[in-house]
Amino acid sequence: MDGVLPALSFAPMNTLELARLQFGVTTVFHFIFVPMSIGLAAWVAYCQTRYHRSGDEVYLRMTRFWGKFMLLSIAIGVVTGIVQEFQFGMNWSQYSRYVGDIFGAPLAMEGLAAFFLESTFVGLWIFGWNRLSPRVHLATIWLTAFGTVLSAYFILAANSWMQHPVGYTINHVTHRAELKSIFAVLGNSTVLLAFPHTVFGALVTGGMLVLGISAFGLLRGRNTDVFSRSARTVLPLTLVAAIATGAFGHAQGTLMEKQQPMKMAAAEALYTTTKGASLSVFAVGPFERHPKRLNTDIRIPHLLSIIGTASWNGQVKGINQINAEEKAKYGPGDYVPIVGVTYWTFRLMAGAGVLLVLLALLGLLLMRRARLEQARWFQRAAIAGAALPVVANLTGWIFTEMGRQPWVVYGLLKTSQANSPLVGSGSLIITLLGYTLLYGVLLIVGGRLFLREIKHGPESEPVRDDSEEPCGKPGGAPREDLVLAY
Amino acid sequence: MHDPNFLQTLWFALIGVLWIGYFVLEGFDFGVGMLIRALGRDETDKRMIIHTIGPVWDGNEVWLLTAGGATFAAFPGWYASLFSGFYLALFLILAALIVRGVSFEFWGKEDSPRWRATWEWTAVVGSLLAALLWGVGWADIVHGVPMNAAHNVTASLWDLLHPYALLGGLTTLSLFLAHGAIFLSLRTRGEIVARARAVALGASVASVVLMGAFLLWTALDQNSGGVKVSQQVVAAGAAGLAAAVPLLLRRARDGWAFGLSAGAIALLFASLFVGLFPNALPASSAHANDLTLVAASSTHYTQTVMTVVAVIFVPIVLLYQGWTYWVFRHRLGRDDFEGTPTPIAVLSSLGREGASAAAHERPLPPPAEPPATA
Repeated sequence: MDGVLPALSFAPMNTLELARLQFGVTTVFHFIFVPMSIGLAAWVAYCQTRYHRSGDEVYLRMTRFWGKFMLLSIAIGVVTGIVQEFQFGMNWSQYSRYVGDIFGAPLAMEGLAAFFLESTFVGLWIFGWNRLSPRVHLATIWLTAFGTVLSAYFILAANSWMQHPVGYTINHVTHRAELKSIFAVLGNSTVLLAFPHTVFGALVTGGMLVLGISAFGLLRGRNTDVFSRSARTVLPLTLVAAIATGAFGHAQGTLMEKQQPMKMAAAEALYTTTKGASLSVFAVGPFERHPKRLNTDIRIPHLLSIIGTASWNGQVKGINQINAEEKAKYGPGDYVPIVGVTYWTFRLMAGAGVLLVLLALLGLLLMRRARLEQARWFQRAAIAGAALPVVANLTGWIFTEMGRQPWVVYGLLKTSQANSPLVGSGSLIITLLGYTLLYGVLLIVGGRLFLREIKHGPESEPVRDDSEEPCGKPGGAPREDLVLAY
Repeated sequence: MHDPNFLQTLWFALIGVLWIGYFVLEGFDFGVGMLIRALGRDETDKRMIIHTIGPVWDGNEVWLLTAGGATFAAFPGWYASLFSGFYLALFLILAALIVRGVSFEFWGKEDSPRWRATWEWTAVVGSLLAALLWGVGWADIVHGVPMNAAHNVTASLWDLLHPYALLGGLTTLSLFLAHGAIFLSLRTRGEIVARARAVALGASVASVVLMGAFLLWTALDQNSGGVKVSQQVVAAGAAGLAAAVPLLLRRARDGWAFGLSAGAIALLFASLFVGLFPNALPASSAHANDLTLVAASSTHYTQTVMTVVAVIFVPIVLLYQGWTYWVFRHRLGRDDFEGTPTPIAVLSSLGREGASAAAHERPLPPPAEPPATA
C-alpha cells in the first residue's frame, strides 16, 4: 500500500462519478426499507406485548397484520444490505485501505452482534408461532427489534467517523488512518446524536405507515376495530417520536456548526458571514454549481442566528469565509458542496418533519374529540402523510453525505482519492445497470405485495394461537405459523 | 516481510472459520434451492422444500456478511484487493444471492402457476450460480490472480474463468447439491425422502470425483508455491470424508452422511486456507506482488479489539443459531401443508372482495396447534 495515495489523483472523473452514482442508488434504495423495518419491528413487538398482557384478540390481529409489512421490508432490506457491505471494497478500495483499520471494526461488530440477532430471531418469530411458548415467542420479536436498532448504531458510528473523525492517528509510513481508541469511535459525539435522530425517525416512518394504512382501512370502513385501535395507539407514539427526531436534529445542527461548519452554511445557502442572520425559507437560483445570485429568496429576519447561536444577533459563518479557511488548512481546492442540493434536501427534510409533527398533533386532537374515525379529510391526509417520513429519511441522508463533499472522510480523505483505481467504467456501468434493474424489479414486486396486503386488510376472523389440542407429536408440524411466510 | 504475528494468524483462522461456517450452512440451502423444481412434483412438495430452509437461510447468509466485515476489520488490504479485484464475479454472486433470497419470499405470495414457476426458476438459477461462482472465486484466490505492485488486481472476469477455477466451481456445485439433497432427506417425511437420497447419492459420487481432481490439481499447482504437507493432510481428510458420504447414503444413514458432507466441505476450505497462508492473495503474475497477510493487516490494536468482540459474541451466536436448528428439527411432510392454507389463500378467504376470493375454495384452518410449552 506504500505510496498508493499520491498516485490516486490519476483516477479519471467518469469512473468516480459512476461509483458515486452507484453508491447513491444502492444506498437510497436500501434506506427506503431500513427505517420501515426498524419502526415496524418495534411496533409489532409493542402490539404483541399488548396481546400477551391482555389476551385481546385485536392486538393479535394487529401483530400479524403489521408483521407482514415488517417482513416484506426486512426481506428487501436484508438482500440489498449485502451490497451495502461489499461495495466499500468493490468500488472504494482506496477508501477501504485508508480507513479499514477504523471503519471495518463497527461493520464487523454489526454483523456479529446485530445481523445474526436480527435474522435468526426473525426466522424464529415467523416460524415459531406454535413451536415456542408465548413468552419465548414474544422475546423473539423483541430481539429482532433490538437487532435492527443495534445495527443502526454500529453503521451510524461508522458513518459518524466519516463526518467527524475521532480516536485515530495517521500513519505516515503506510499512509492510512489507524485506530487509537474504539471507545472514542463508538462514543463519538456525532453518533450520540445521529443515532437517536435516525432511530426516532425510523419510529416515525413505521408509525406513519401504520397510521396511513389504518386511515385507508377506516376510509373503507372495514376491519375498523383493528384500524381504529392501531391508529389510536400509534398516534401518540408517533408524535413523541417526531418531536424527538426534530429535537435531536436541532442538536445535530448545533454540533455540526462546530464540526462541519461548511455543511451547515451550505444547508442555509449563506455565502457571507452574517450577524443577526435571517433564515431563508424558499430560494431559487440559476441552475449552477455555485450560483452567484438568487432569483427568489424569502427570508425570516434573525431566525438563523437564533437557531444556530441562540442569540438575536449571533454571528453565523458563511460559505466563502469557511472555504477560505479550509483552503488555508488543507491546501488549494474547492471545499464547497453543491449548495442547491444541500439547501433543498435540508429544507425538504426539515419541512417534512414539521408537517409530520403538525399532522400527528391534529390526529391527536381529533382523537381526543372522538372524531378520528369520522374525519375523512384527516384520513386522506394521513394516507399521503405516510410518504413524508420517507422523503425526510432520503433527503436527510443525501444532505448528510453530499454536504460532506468534497470529503469522504472529513478533513482526511477526499472522495476523489477513494475509489477503486482499476475498476473501469465498463464494469461500473454493468453493475450500475444491474443493480438498477434488480432493485427496480424488487420495488415493483415488493410494492405490489405491499399494496395487496393493504387492500386485503387484516384477518377478520379471530386468530387464536392457544387451543386445547396437544402438540409435540413427533414431526408435529407447524400449521398456522406457516401462513405468515411462504 | 515478516511472518504473521499471533493475532494476524488468529484472525486469518477466524475468517477461515466464518467462511467455512458460511459454506457448510448456506451450502445446504444452495442445494435445496437448486432442487426445488427437480424434487418438487407439485406445489405442496415445493412448499415443503422451501419450508425446510425457511427459518434458517437468512441467518446462514449472515455468516457471509460477517466474514466480509471481519476481513474488512482485520485485513483491510485483503478486503480492498479482493472485492475490487473480483469485481464482476462478485457482482454476479451478489445478484444471485439477492435473486434467490427474494425468490423464497415472493414465491408463495401470488396465486398463479406462472408466478410460482418464475420464482422457482430464479431460486434454482440463483442458487446454482452462487454455488458455482463461490468455488470459482476461491480457486482463483488460492491459485493467485494477476496483480500489480499496489495490490490492485488486473484480471478481467474472463481471466478468472480458467479450467482450474471452473473445476473448483463444479466441485462446490456438486458438494452443495449433495449437501442440500441430504439435508432434504433429513428434514422431510414421505416419498420425497427416497428421491432426495437418490439425488444426494448421484451428486455425492460426482463431488468425490470432482473434488479429488480439484485437490490433486491444487497440490500440483506450481503457482501456490510448492507442496505443503499440512495442506495435503487436510485435503486428504476432505476427500476421505466425501468418499464416505455415498457409502452412508446407500445404507440410508442420512444423519451421518450429512455430518460427513459438512465435514468434507469444511476440510476442503480448511485445506485451501492452509494453502493460502501466509498470503492473503497471491499474485499469479509475479510473486513479488503477493499480498501477504502482514501487508494486508490492520493494526494490533484493532485486531485486539475485534478479538474481544469475537470472544464475546461468537459463542452467543453459535448458541442461538444452534438453538434455532433444534427448534426446527422436526421433519416436514405433505400432510403438514395439505390442510394449511397458503398465505395467498388466507388473503383470499379473508378479503371480502377481489377476484381471487371467489375462486379459492380453501377455508381458514381450524385453530392451530398450541404452543409447545403452553
